[in-house]
Amino acid sequence: MDVFDKLKILTDAAKYDVACTSSGVNKKAPVGGIGSAAASGICHSFAGDGRCISLLKVLMTNICAYDCKYCVNRKSNDTPRASFTPRELAELTINFYRRNYIEGLFLSSGVLKNPDYTSEQMIEALRILREEYRFSGYIHAKAIPGTDSRLIAHLGMLTDRMSVNIELPSQSSLQMLAPDKSKHSILAPMGYIQNRIQENSTDIIKYRHAPKFVPAGQSTQMIIGATPDTDFQILNLTEGLYKKYKLKRVFFSAYMPVAENNLLPTLDTQPPLWREHRLYQADWLLRFYGFKANELLDQHHQSFNPYMDPKCNWALNHMEFFPMNINRAPYSDLLRVPGIGVNSAKRIVTARRTATLKFNDLKKLGVVLKRSQYFITCGDKVTDGLKITQDTVLKSLMSEKALGIYRQNFPLYSGAEQLSLFEQPSLIPTLAQEVQPKCLTSLI
Amino acid sequence: MLDQSNLIYRYDGSFDGLLCCVFESYDKKEIPMDIIMPDISQTILFQAKEITTDSQKASRVLASIPKKMGVDALDFVRRAFLTCLPKKEIYILLFLRMGYRFGPYVMSMLADDVVDTLSKAVKHLDNESHLLKGFVRFSVFSNVLVAEIEPKNYVLPLMTQHFCERYPEERFLIYDKMHGMALVYQPYQSAIIPIDDLELPEADEKEQSYRELWQLFYDTIEVQGRHNSKCRMSLMPKRYWKYMTEFCGTAKNPLLRMENTSKLLTP
Repeated sequence: MDVFDKLKILTDAAKYDVACTSSGVNKKAPVGGIGSAAASGICHSFAGDGRCISLLKVLMTNICAYDCKYCVNRKSNDTPRASFTPRELAELTINFYRRNYIEGLFLSSGVLKNPDYTSEQMIEALRILREEYRFSGYIHAKAIPGTDSRLIAHLGMLTDRMSVNIELPSQSSLQMLAPDKSKHSILAPMGYIQNRIQENSTDIIKYRHAPKFVPAGQSTQMIIGATPDTDFQILNLTEGLYKKYKLKRVFFSAYMPVAENNLLPTLDTQPPLWREHRLYQADWLLRFYGFKANELLDQHHQSFNPYMDPKCNWALNHMEFFPMNINRAPYSDLLRVPGIGVNSAKRIVTARRTATLKFNDLKKLGVVLKRSQYFITCGDKVTDGLKITQDTVLKSLMSEKALGIYRQNFPLYSGAEQLSLFEQPSLIPTLAQEVQPKCLTSLI
Repeated sequence: MLDQSNLIYRYDGSFDGLLCCVFESYDKKEIPMDIIMPDISQTILFQAKEITTDSQKASRVLASIPKKMGVDALDFVRRAFLTCLPKKEIYILLFLRMGYRFGPYVMSMLADDVVDTLSKAVKHLDNESHLLKGFVRFSVFSNVLVAEIEPKNYVLPLMTQHFCERYPEERFLIYDKMHGMALVYQPYQSAIIPIDDLELPEADEKEQSYRELWQLFYDTIEVQGRHNSKCRMSLMPKRYWKYMTEFCGTAKNPLLRMENTSKLLTP
């Protein structure tokens, strides 16, 4: 088997891993070495599915001792198997890196023989890269659940980021679909890595040149839509992971049917891409916008509104916060307005130091007026000629695609609106009550 | 102060030359309508005023910028000069005039038209140079790394540090076809030099096989069930594809792959 076949098989087996970020650490090549990293991360290409390609994402081997039902590499699956030797992999990485194809290596693996043996193979490949080639580019390694902590510690010294896949959002789902893994076997290494990162950060304060342990932090990913877990459960879990394990990222991956099994959705199921999208939106709200999971969803509203993004949804349900005076509201409040993001909020705060902002100015600052006009005032003014009717509000707050689907499902709305030229504009609060966006899923 | 509608400056196209225009504008208490490069042979109704570059005047203006409006403003102006914004010279002059008047506050006057236009242009420049840090593709010819790019903005100065820190022991060349300039590096020395044309030799066997490995990886990593060419297009605009190995196919028929993919993209 030549390196072409191996690369094909082991890339194919790794492509369902979501994380491909190269962010979180700044460094440059040492004298005699090669490779640097930028904290912002650098994307080197984008695949046909629109996902960024930043790292050479491959498995060490796709031979696996486990039999997780949702996984292409499960023991019982009849698929071609291959393994890289550590040196082959290191050489491939360096040659791709020299040509600026990639930002570094993302190394995961099936469980060959046992977790410890697999980790030793990975460590050997990374050791060749780091020590023989003096490679200081980005390396992201997966910790194999069940690996001895001594080996995880070693792996952590060679990598920039580590991740342990949480795989499924609940213990019961794990038990059902991944009988060889348990909540404990996943959370134990996660906790271990988190402890070491913390210890290391105090070491670095004491000794400036202390070797760094996983300097770009750790991340995880879980599969959405393979099990009956709700958005509310998933979001709460996500928030918990950020808080407890100080994760840098939690990735979601819409379940692509890869196996026939009566415990799983059927093979012709479409991957729940919309749900994944909403979860990512909510994830951003948690990390950058100061939202809490229980503000976005609660016991009674366990699923995201399919038509409207979580932020708009929150705003429509909390009209008491609005309208907000753009010239006075603090930064943290500005972030809650639909149509204002982190960048535009920062720019607003900067720009209003020197001038009183008007609607015209907001456009220049990058505010999406189409969405935000219903929620803001400039001084005591609202947008000129602003008409608040259900149709206009929905048109501006939903994406075009969502609006299309919405109209298909609720044809009455748009039909009635077409004729009512002189109808009194209804007010937003009543709209919020009428539409009840949070529970629309239960209507269908 | 006269805002003269028939006054045009002509400068030599250098940053120092532009600073001399600023000097002239203050010296003569006048604001030109436009500042043009020497090679622009447009029919002008009015005589353009030649501004000769005087390094002493330029350095006086240069020294005053960080003093009056902060180092950020100087960095901003330097970047603005690299952009492809039409009439960037006049915008920079107006920006500096505002800077002398309002001081460091000028950097926070984001709602002002001049500041807004310039910051959009600078953002475009920064975006392009960031994207190109990833999209540049080197080929190895007798152990020298060579890449070609066609950026809209003049991004080479912004990419120098990044690539020098990345490949300190390599020798490399990045050729900017659009601006006829090249960034050349050999261990611990770099320079940006003008180059008229660059002809590349055939790729050798090793180079060819790595190109093919990369194409194989690129095609395999896509999850077919999630194909989304629109998303790819917005994240990686097509004008960058020309020099990217994953779209360039084999040496025998270099454009075949690209045509094929573009056919797929247009339904």
